[in-house]
Amino acid sequence: MTTRATGPAAARQVASAPAATGVDEVAGRLLPAGTPIQFLDDDGKPTAQARRGSYHEPTTELLVDAYRRMVIGRRFDAQATALTKQGRLAVYPSSHGQEACQVGGVLALRPTDWLFPTYRDSMALITRDIDPVEALTLLRGDWHCGYDPKAHRTAPQYTPLATQTPHAVGLAYAAKRRGEDTVAMVFVGDGGTSEGDFHEGLNFAAVYQAPVVFLIQNNRFAISVPLSKQTAAPALAYKGVGYGIRSEQVDGNDAMAVLAVLQHAIESARAGEGPFLVEAHTYRIEAHTNADDASRYRDADEVAAWERRDPIARLEAYLLSTGAMTDEDVGGARKQAEVFAGQVRDGLNPDPKVDPLELFDHVYAEPTPQLREQRGWLAEELEGDA
Amino acid sequence: MPGLTMAQALNAALRDAMTDDESVVIFGEDVGTLGGVFRITDGLARDFGEDRCFDTPLAESGIVGFALGMAMNGFKPVVEMQFDAFAYPAFEQLVSHVAKMRNRTRGAINVPMVVRVPYAGGIGGVEHHSDSSEAYYAQTPGLKLVTPATVEDAYSLLREAIDDPDPVVFMEPKKLYWSKAEVSLPARTEPFGRAAIRRSGTDASLVAYGPTVPVALEAASVAEDEGWDLEVVDLRSIVPFDDDTVAASVRKTGRCVVVSEAAGFAGVSAEIAARVQERCFHSLAAPVLRVTGWDIPYPPPIIEKHHLPGVDRVLDTVARLQWDDEPDHRFLEAVRA
Repeated sequence: MTTRATGPAAARQVASAPAATGVDEVAGRLLPAGTPIQFLDDDGKPTAQARRGSYHEPTTELLVDAYRRMVIGRRFDAQATALTKQGRLAVYPSSHGQEACQVGGVLALRPTDWLFPTYRDSMALITRDIDPVEALTLLRGDWHCGYDPKAHRTAPQYTPLATQTPHAVGLAYAAKRRGEDTVAMVFVGDGGTSEGDFHEGLNFAAVYQAPVVFLIQNNRFAISVPLSKQTAAPALAYKGVGYGIRSEQVDGNDAMAVLAVLQHAIESARAGEGPFLVEAHTYRIEAHTNADDASRYRDADEVAAWERRDPIARLEAYLLSTGAMTDEDVGGARKQAEVFAGQVRDGLNPDPKVDPLELFDHVYAEPTPQLREQRGWLAEELEGDA
Repeated sequence: MPGLTMAQALNAALRDAMTDDESVVIFGEDVGTLGGVFRITDGLARDFGEDRCFDTPLAESGIVGFALGMAMNGFKPVVEMQFDAFAYPAFEQLVSHVAKMRNRTRGAINVPMVVRVPYAGGIGGVEHHSDSSEAYYAQTPGLKLVTPATVEDAYSLLREAIDDPDPVVFMEPKKLYWSKAEVSLPARTEPFGRAAIRRSGTDASLVAYGPTVPVALEAASVAEDEGWDLEVVDLRSIVPFDDDTVAASVRKTGRCVVVSEAAGFAGVSAEIAARVQERCFHSLAAPVLRVTGWDIPYPPPIIEKHHLPGVDRVLDTVARLQWDDEPDHRFLEAVRA
């Protein structure tokens, strides 16, 4: 077996490929399916093979787990939104409607892989088994991400758009350099694909053949700006092709298809076949956050149409139809979700304990003399207040 | 003349760091085969291989973001920004991510990386090649900011920057790349956060850093003939800042002129002046004055000499330090007008 070249040597391989085999052939291998990959139709009925491409059906066990976690995820999402109204969370960006991406993205990863989430991906964090109270730390109004990113192999949530893209690429490249089989998955939204860092990250990933999977959750809106004002591309998936990245598009409200495509993408990256980009077509059912009013920029009819393509209902219908689940299992998942929501409420009920003096402690490994001095001044103020 | 240039000392620092620590990797634009436009990475790709020193796509934000990802996963990247003004595309990565990652993760993730920025003017560069951009970084908590003025410091500060557990913006005064000194490497000078007294004096303190340290030294030398015994303080490290050494110098001399090539308005020179008057007010015989570049876009090479703080301007400013209890006419007239 030959050792696969890394770094600049790999770059030359990519650069020389078109001349050797013809641009059309190489580009053809990168192109996404013309129609998003779909395993279940809007009613949860299995699609014909043609819609599934060459992707393999996920195991029943994985699908049942995904279903359960989607039910919990949606309940968690509703609970978090409710907590903003009670002042327990400063803000919450909902991912209601995007459960197949949130859960499918995480379940396709190994625990040893890395996830780079955005602010809208709290549901993905709890699917990664991060404690929900820890996961909501930032949105609660605290100053740090709340969980240990290294322990969970999950980067802090990113608020600036697409800036996490080159980080995921660098981290994955570092793992590859050490001969580890770690894959990094980076979540980005449709709006994020317009940012420079998205493009620079894609380019670096391709040049260095880094084991990264880019999951674009195209939920059709960047706050109020619709996809039509974001891009003129026929699909966001095509943005990978120009960089030499194998790209695919998938029905993002079909958990089975999301899992099938992402499992393939991740294992392809893990096997040393370079980065992979997946666009998942989905929809943000709620407003941007609890502070937003979506009625100012979109019609209720449009939302209703997407609600009829609900990812949980589709997978539920399918798993009931095959006998993989029973009505009792559905009830069990819902009960579990209620218990989980109760834990979230209880966990967020007390006021968070925040020590203002700690704000000086993690700016550097060792505080500068100036920070030590200022910490002392604030301590005096606090003593004066007490 | 024998000796080592600052460029050679920087190259040696990178070479020695790569030899000592396998996790040190160097990348950026033209740093591989070419060895960098200033040859600071000369021979490193050849001697350490393309996995340790490599060229990247031309995308500064991508370079810094990619480096942050590698730093999160066990490497110590040292990236080159090629020129001061070409570092601006990486600004968001530096400010929002590199600088804040430790804080955002409550100390769980540190970012041991170095961003090398050749900066400042005096080399006849065309537009976008001579900016003094240090204030942008100095304003960003989480970044350390150092700038050498001597050959020995160039080596030592860069080695320390690479060893540091936190991100360091390492600003290299371009016009000093070819300055020479007799040094024996590996040399280690004082750590970050310590200013150096480059010339001891009793009448006034000239506080400088990077490209203006040689200017201050030359001014002090000329001033001797005019009867002034000037002390020259080289900051070396802007963040962390050495209040103790600067304040002790000014308390001793009672007068202070800050010399900085950057625009004066809201610049590092303004911060120094403010800190000095906060700490030394009762020792001051005159207001703290500044000699800086004008508040203009960096001028074209044919007239850059009118922008750069030179010996004459430093001496003219020293002359305004109220030696005969005369008020400073420049500002007095401004107030009356």
